[in-house]
Amino acid sequence: MNPGVNSALNATINPGMAPVATPFFFYLLAGLAIAGGAFVITRRNSVHSALALIVTLLSVAGLYLMLYAPFVAATQIIVYAGGIMVLFLFVIMLVNIERASKERRFNRIWPAGVAAAGALMALFVFAFVKGKALFPDRLMTLPESSNTQEIATMLYGERGSMGQYTFAFEIASLLLLVAILGAVIMTKKKM
Amino acid sequence: MPNFVMSYLGSTLTPGQAGNQFWALIYVLIIFAGVSVAVVAMNWIERKALAHFQIRLGPMRVGPHGLLQPIADALKLMLKEDIIPAEADQFVFWVAPLIGLLAAFTVYTVIPFGPSQAVSDMNIGILFMLGVSSLGALGIVVAGWASNSHYPLIGALRSTAQMVSYEVAMGLAVVSAVLMTSLNPSGTGTLSMIGIVQAQQQQGIWFIFKFFPLGLLAFIIFAIAMIAETNRAPFDMAEAESELTAGYHTEYSGLRWSLFMLAEYAAMIAVSSIAVTLWLGGWMRPFPNLLQAPVWEFTFSLFPGLTFLGLAAIAGVGTARMPDHSFFRIQRIGLGAFALVLGSIALLLLLIAVVGRSANTSIAARLSEGIDYVYWFVLKVGIFMYLFIWYRATWPRYRFDQLMRVGWKVLLPISLGVLVATAIVGIIIS
Repeated sequence: MNPGVNSALNATINPGMAPVATPFFFYLLAGLAIAGGAFVITRRNSVHSALALIVTLLSVAGLYLMLYAPFVAATQIIVYAGGIMVLFLFVIMLVNIERASKERRFNRIWPAGVAAAGALMALFVFAFVKGKALFPDRLMTLPESSNTQEIATMLYGERGSMGQYTFAFEIASLLLLVAILGAVIMTKKKM
Repeated sequence: MPNFVMSYLGSTLTPGQAGNQFWALIYVLIIFAGVSVAVVAMNWIERKALAHFQIRLGPMRVGPHGLLQPIADALKLMLKEDIIPAEADQFVFWVAPLIGLLAAFTVYTVIPFGPSQAVSDMNIGILFMLGVSSLGALGIVVAGWASNSHYPLIGALRSTAQMVSYEVAMGLAVVSAVLMTSLNPSGTGTLSMIGIVQAQQQQGIWFIFKFFPLGLLAFIIFAIAMIAETNRAPFDMAEAESELTAGYHTEYSGLRWSLFMLAEYAAMIAVSSIAVTLWLGGWMRPFPNLLQAPVWEFTFSLFPGLTFLGLAAIAGVGTARMPDHSFFRIQRIGLGAFALVLGSIALLLLLIAVVGRSANTSIAARLSEGIDYVYWFVLKVGIFMYLFIWYRATWPRYRFDQLMRVGWKVLLPISLGVLVATAIVGIIIS
């Protein structure tokens, strides 16, 4: 008999759910993402860099999950970790690693890169310090169980009405469709 | 029985919804053990069925009708020398099988064996499944590259190209099924795996029969794409023995090689579960709307027990027909014991069904229901697994360019057309 587990079950069936978004997970995922990013730029072997980039992308997906945005997290996994990284690896695998690893590590514009990274960092610090004044102060609602539906409502509006973003969304999807059709047509030898 | 076990058995929530990590861990362990056993069983059935398709006997030596062959194979693989080629990229070579295995097993968190028989019900269930199973391609690419050898590299390139291109048609087929979920009275669709089955329940129709022939077409596209996705015959370009020895896992041996096999079979079960969930009504028994009377409920709840009784009978007949010779004594005892185990499982299941449906104690009723759900789900998945073997025995292998042509120029346009047609019909009807 373990009354602790039983009462825990009863407690959690009621909506007093313990949040998953604990500081521990945040620091774990953030640390993984940063470590992955560091490996991406320091490995000589580009396949290792690509693998490190996958770790970074997956931990960012985890961070999206912690922000109660499961749809964005899933899209991140499908598009970036699943699709784009496979294509990356595809191309990298055909590069001659031995020659590539003997080339110069960083090219001459690295100070510009450092400056850009520094500026971004300064922006983040600014937002962190001044955040209270910059952003509207309100409690976040947690659309944990209906995230996909919330997105649909935002894009298309409530049932029977026109959403604010419907037109922009549809135009963007049309653009993508045209690009897909273009790619398919380019594979045909003659029209 | 301890109180908390009873409360788990009687609960109507998945552990994920209840937020109970201990209970979720138990579910994960059960699923992990179940899938591993299923993979072992699948290994035996595949060799046996393939042999019979080709008018051979298949494994016959280890145990009666080779029943213990997979165990012997597993032991052999564990004892084999684990070779890492000298020129290989050690770390990546080591990590590649794990990527595939992790991707194959992670998707099981959202597979709904029943309305509460899943580790968790995610709002993004089907997206999560597609996304995580697409990560399996990474394991293959990386394995082929790390081997630092020609055949694995070519095999990896081929299988990845194939997986990436068939994912597109697969995704579009899935979208057309997801569109159908939004045709219930409340008018909101869902991506949750449990929600998709419940939508079929509410609409009173499996999506394979919905908007005939649109649902059927989407299902067929998915069924073809999922064979290519798991690199199985006739689309097993990656492992084309006659051209590439063994494709991406040529350089792997021993336990590491068996991890690849485990990942492949686990992925097969996972994609079959997606197909069952989206088009074949998931955990629902046949005709849940037409045959609603308590008599039918009772009849269908006897099925799991009767199945095990049938298996026990087969094993029993095998025991009785064993040649009467001292060579066969141990085999006979073993098979007889196996028949007894199966028979007692059957009796237990029948007892639960009878008690659950008649005495109406809530725990027994819930347990009986749960067994029913899992039974029908596993049965449907099992049919798919048999189909995988049947395809392999029947069709010659595609050439690589033919395979890409089928993916991009046949399946993709058809699936786009089905998607648009489904959307149009859905709008007209609602």
